[in-house]
Amino acid sequence: MCLAIPARVVELLPDSLGTIELSGVRKRISLELVDGIAVGDYVIVHVGYALQKLVPHEAERTLALFAQASGAEAE
Amino acid sequence: MKYIDEFRDGDLARGIAARIGAEARTDRSYHLMEFCGGHTHAISRYGIKDLLPPNVQMIHGPGCPVCVLPIGRIDNAIELATEHAAIVCTYADTIRVPASGGLSLMKAKARGADIRMIYSAADALKIAQDNPQREVVFFAIGFETTTPPTAIVIRQAQALGLTNFSVFCNHVLTPAAITHILESPEVRELGTVPLDGFIGPAHVSTVIGSQPYEYFVEEYQRPVVIAGFEPLDVMQAILMLVRQLNDGRAEVENEFTRAVTREGNQKAKSLVAEVFELRPSFEWRGLGEVPYSALRIKEAYASFDAERRFGIVYRPVADNKACECGAILRGVKKPTDCKVFGTVCTPENPIGSCMVSSEGACAAHYTYGRFKDVAIKAAEAVVE
Repeated sequence: MCLAIPARVVELLPDSLGTIELSGVRKRISLELVDGIAVGDYVIVHVGYALQKLVPHEAERTLALFAQASGAEAE
Repeated sequence: MKYIDEFRDGDLARGIAARIGAEARTDRSYHLMEFCGGHTHAISRYGIKDLLPPNVQMIHGPGCPVCVLPIGRIDNAIELATEHAAIVCTYADTIRVPASGGLSLMKAKARGADIRMIYSAADALKIAQDNPQREVVFFAIGFETTTPPTAIVIRQAQALGLTNFSVFCNHVLTPAAITHILESPEVRELGTVPLDGFIGPAHVSTVIGSQPYEYFVEEYQRPVVIAGFEPLDVMQAILMLVRQLNDGRAEVENEFTRAVTREGNQKAKSLVAEVFELRPSFEWRGLGEVPYSALRIKEAYASFDAERRFGIVYRPVADNKACECGAILRGVKKPTDCKVFGTVCTPENPIGSCMVSSEGACAAHYTYGRFKDVAIKAAEAVVE
């Protein structure tokens, strides 16, 4: 039920609305719960509302942790 | 898809699994509960259990709002449509859940009740605007993730001066339920396996942040690692829990830093606090009454509260006696320990809460794990 997906904001609209795109599918969602969103940002979307902005450098850091844990950095 | 595919890499998963295998001590066991249905689903779907050493065991928690919604509340939603002639708007998740009298929201709809499936709370508001002559009720369920959008539409309805829109609020709270699992009277009756640590919610935490778990780790001395819902997130969280337990630490750690901060979403939290207040107690299917575990609409927004507006009376409905969900949700039993699992109780005809949604422990095992059980039995038969 708490499923939410990261999607890219492609358009900002009046009334705190925006358009997101996910694998070619576009959908209008509400950006009312998040501040300072720009076109190109990724947001986590749940039941038509963006809940959080995704932080790209934190995602990179987590991927680096995976690589470290799996020993891939030694390759 | 960016931020999804790279978190599902199979080679990395095997690498992390090898690390867990190397670091998990052989002289102890690790009983870890993933609270969220989203994690339960990922663990079953991606076969994470099979990648773990036998002494690292995952116990599936009650974090599936559809599963823990009591039957009596669905009966109430159906009554709103059949007895009060309201348009009842619901997320698809609840539409097939069996209610009393052989009904469900879907069957009630087939019999003529005006029940509409919506994607977003905003859709319910639109339906109310389009049907000014009808009562429109939004059947709101979900954890902290789903609550802020409900708060928004209640405020919008007030701003728009809508008089035909109300919300039947069933929003529940995560930290209260996690605590309840460790200290409810039923735990003493059922006995329990020791829960050594918890994988904390992903999207719930994007809203509430990591801070609410700090009291919990302090009070109960159990580590919590907040993790995303992708399989590598879950693997990494398991590794982090194993490391904490090996070090004798009980801390809140955050694996899902790309979306979760300590404070969470301040705007969402203030909106929820503005519209909702705690209920002294709320029934959870499979867990029973849990104190301060749910929200109701504040007096200031009383005209948008369907419970007040229609004088809804809640009547509890007992689960089937053969159902073992209470023990399964606390980690005392496995789905396969239940007599009715996969026989009488299936996802098409769920008897207990854990089979109701694809995120429930029993439904996840039925969908992704049960054939493996069959294969093992067959192989044993050949050996004999």
